[in-house]
Amino acid sequence: MDVNLITIFILAIFVGNEIINKVPPTLHTPLMSGSNAISGIAIVGALLAIRVGGEMGTYIGLAALICATINVVGGFLVTDRMLKMFKKK
Amino acid sequence: MNLFYLISAVCFILGLKRLSHPRTARSGNFLAALGMLIAIAATLASSNVLDTNLILIGVGVGSLIGFLFATRVQMTEMPQMVAIFNGLGGAASALIASAEFLSNPNSPYIIVCLSVFIGSLTFTGSFIAFGKLQGIISGRAITFKGQQLFNALIALASLVLILTPNLLASDLMTAFTVIIILALILGIGLTIPIGGADMPVVISLLNSYSGVAAAATGFLIDNQALIISGSLVGASGLILTNIMCKGMNRSLANVIFGAVGAESSSGSSAEGKEMNIKSYSTTEAAMILDAAEKIIIVPGYGLAVAQAQHITREVADTLESKGKKVYYAIHPVAGRMPGHMNVLLAEANVSYDLLKDLDEINPEFEDCDVALILGANDVVNPAARHDQSSPIYGMPILNVDKSKTVIINKRSMNPGFAGVQNELFGYDNSIMVFGDAKDMLNSLLKEIKEL
Repeated sequence: MDVNLITIFILAIFVGNEIINKVPPTLHTPLMSGSNAISGIAIVGALLAIRVGGEMGTYIGLAALICATINVVGGFLVTDRMLKMFKKK
Repeated sequence: MNLFYLISAVCFILGLKRLSHPRTARSGNFLAALGMLIAIAATLASSNVLDTNLILIGVGVGSLIGFLFATRVQMTEMPQMVAIFNGLGGAASALIASAEFLSNPNSPYIIVCLSVFIGSLTFTGSFIAFGKLQGIISGRAITFKGQQLFNALIALASLVLILTPNLLASDLMTAFTVIIILALILGIGLTIPIGGADMPVVISLLNSYSGVAAAATGFLIDNQALIISGSLVGASGLILTNIMCKGMNRSLANVIFGAVGAESSSGSSAEGKEMNIKSYSTTEAAMILDAAEKIIIVPGYGLAVAQAQHITREVADTLESKGKKVYYAIHPVAGRMPGHMNVLLAEANVSYDLLKDLDEINPEFEDCDVALILGANDVVNPAARHDQSSPIYGMPILNVDKSKTVIINKRSMNPGFAGVQNELFGYDNSIMVFGDAKDMLNSLLKEIKEL
């Protein structure tokens, strides 16, 4: 395991901690569904697993791709649907 | 290649940053979606060995299902949907790690296993949480003798299989398969003993796990985008878990291993005491509200169940048009997930600047004329402040009892989730208006308009 990757990992946790703490309680549900969509970044890994003639690994990759796409598309859409409702009179 | 991943990571971070205010939040979500698009496009452009037809099928099917979920789901069902999405996120990570291991048996075994283990556990745990929230599985804590020992043994066996597979299994493939099965069982085992009222904590925690699983997969396939986004989500889930635990005054360990709500409560101190309950009609309640200047509405989950958010907003609007100040006090665990009640009220067109959280609203009760409690119970029970024998002692509550008058709407005198009778109902400044929230508010609205 590359120490660079661990560095990125640790720093990202600190960044996450800083920005998430500033999200007001009123937006915690959209935060959750939105961050859910972001964790759908696994879609990148799924795409890379779907190689021509990759046999078993390819089909497992396809299953992963479907799961991750649901997360990405559904997550961003439903977050937008919620945030649209937050209005100030 | 990595430059594009960096750009998308920056989009995610800036997008989350814009979630710090309702005004900028929508553009933040859009920015994060743009970051995702960049990452996907860059990945597709980077490799020429990918099977495009299969990818189109996968993206097509996934998009369609995602679209249907996102557009059809009711706002009251948000916790269930987030639970499903958490589970799918975990499954995706576990599947990618499995695909990597099958096509390249030399990939680092420990990282493969960690990714598969966390991902599989998130998958089954999330679907149990979904089942409980949806009412498919009993919302009560399901427990059996030796449950914790059983879970501990599974966890221990998994740990040994991950660190020293040769000790228990003949080859890595067998060890890998057994780890998946154990993780799937552990996900169920850890979630079924948790009661329905604790689900907000569980969903937040599983949200965090799904992030950690993505980060672990990032280590495996050497991909910074996954590591950065995974840790952002992991941190986010953990912070929300913490907030939910604080809101219930429970430790995380107590929520996970406590099995609260397994049996009906063992009785509480307030139960024996005689309470002097004053039951008022909506006409009288309307007159009290008409004389008030500052009114704070405290919505509980019962309100959302009765689908009475809209009529609540109408009552509030009518009171505002008569020159009164109206606010909404939202307890952290008012809904079924963090911030749930806020979304339900936003859906009913309540202006977001009127939604106040616990710290913001508590000083306001001192000079408040009427606190109107709609379907909330444990979160307004003053026993949490002083009665050490109460199961909710120490839980942060909304100090509604400091208001001049407290109007409580309840269907009946049944105790709340914690099984505790609320001493607030017997206070001198408390009055009860019994009945279904929607019916009560409808007639209250009529009475206020007629005054």
